[in-house]
Amino acid sequence: MEPVRIPTLCCALASGLLFGVGLVISGMVSPERVLGFLDVAGRWDPTLAFVMGGALLVTLPVFQSLPRLGRPLFAERFALPTRKDIDWQLVTGAALFGIGWGLVGLCPGPALVALTTLSTPAFVFVGSLLAGMLIQQITLEK
Amino acid sequence: MQLAEFSWTAGLGGGLLIGAAAALLIVANGSIAGISGIVGGLLKRWDGSAAWRLAFLAGLLLGGVAAASWGGFPLGPGLDRPLPLLAVAGLLVGFGTRLGSGCTSGHGVCGLARLSPRSLVATLTFMGTAALTVFIMRHVLEA
Repeated sequence: MEPVRIPTLCCALASGLLFGVGLVISGMVSPERVLGFLDVAGRWDPTLAFVMGGALLVTLPVFQSLPRLGRPLFAERFALPTRKDIDWQLVTGAALFGIGWGLVGLCPGPALVALTTLSTPAFVFVGSLLAGMLIQQITLEK
Repeated sequence: MQLAEFSWTAGLGGGLLIGAAAALLIVANGSIAGISGIVGGLLKRWDGSAAWRLAFLAGLLLGGVAAASWGGFPLGPGLDRPLPLLAVAGLLVGFGTRLGSGCTSGHGVCGLARLSPRSLVATLTFMGTAALTVFIMRHVLEA
């Protein structure tokens, strides 16, 4: 069991804070705006494209320079996925996620932030999301 | 084509912050800022990683509620939908993100930045089925 280290916790907390503020400022906590982006046949809302673009402006150069960095500041190694194969789980999972996302305009990040409204819809969605994760884990996890 | 009212500066600014969040987590802790992965890890096993996962999620909620209350941003317009619909959607999002190893943040923000072919396929797939679902809901069923 890895020891719990204070710098690691502080950075995780700070990262979560930035993420939450970013989701709210960008308007991505609004299912209306997200559905507006996905509704290409309606009055299209391009906001999500700017959000993804803005995020990638930062993450692309940073992730591409990780090899030169060698190792993270407060951990032994980068925990990066190594798989390259496109299997049925990846495509089916992404397809099902997209259907759920398109039904109500909530993906996991904004859904968690929506919990702070203390409203029934947010709790019902996040409760089902956790149940869905558990069902996948119990039935299909190797 | 008619565009909805939107602010590209808010989108870009918020996106830069989300990117900075993901950059901080990978550079400092070596972890991918994928929300479904962070939550799923907590459900899977309660090990030494639980503490940082909880710290991240606490920050996410705090940051969200702070920005919404101090910045005057509305939280969740359009959240109030029929509960059975929310339940079905939640199950699909939970099951699908775990089966597909990620969501908008893990595949979209981090995976694309790693130039991962798996993340590109996943992102195109969920964007595609999401757009198709919205098309059917809004323009075929007119719900």
